Amino acid sequence: MVPVTAITSAPLEHDALVKALDVSGIGAVSTFLGLVRDNNLGKRVLHLEYEAYEPLALRGLELIVAEAKERWPSVRLAIHHRIGRMEIGEASVAIAAASPHRADAFAASRYAIERIKQIVPIWKHEYFDGGDVWIEGATADPDNAEAREKALRIACA
Amino acid sequence: MRVTVRLFARLRDIAGSGELTREAPAGANVGLVWSSLVSEFPELSAYEKSISCAVNADYSKFSAVVAEGDEIAFLPPVSGG
Repeated sequence: MVPVTAITSAPLEHDALVKALDVSGIGAVSTFLGLVRDNNLGKRVLHLEYEAYEPLALRGLELIVAEAKERWPSVRLAIHHRIGRMEIGEASVAIAAASPHRADAFAASRYAIERIKQIVPIWKHEYFDGGDVWIEGATADPDNAEAREKALRIACA
Repeated sequence: MRVTVRLFARLRDIAGSGELTREAPAGANVGLVWSSLVSEFPELSAYEKSISCAVNADYSKFSAVVAEGDEIAFLPPVSGG
């Protein structure tokens, strides 16, 4: 049985993610994979190492699933995030959103990735040609209504 | 009372450890635990405005009062995805 949300050190596969979802009444599944890119801010990236506060990261993913359910009641969402060392081209995050119709599936999938970047306690350690740096993005606060509004706006654009 | 402090990413690098045990006075809140950590590791002060926190693996606030044995995590800005 594949869990709907997971923090894992194993390689991600979106087929498995889709299998985690109940597809009764479903007419569309939108899947998203985030990959390790070979460059960032003009530097050549060699590899990434992801670290998580695992129990809270899992809670964050569950919260995102609940938020999406509130906004798109017919959407079923699965999110897996990988941690540990990843090479260029490997998937660090996988999302599947299933819905009766495509519009909600696309929107919920986009909402999920925006919220992951806002609130889930996971950090990227980037190893580039010439050094390494911790990437720092958003202050993780699930109660920040402005951030949540922004994610909804992007999802529904 | 004793609390466990969890640090991640750059915060862990600064403190040299991802898990510390520290004494906190009765009635202390998360903010006080953070301030005493900043006195110990002044480089952490750069994160004053950008960190968030968790207590016992749930999102929390700096005003939350801590209890004996709590696990208090300080989270630098996140970068998952």
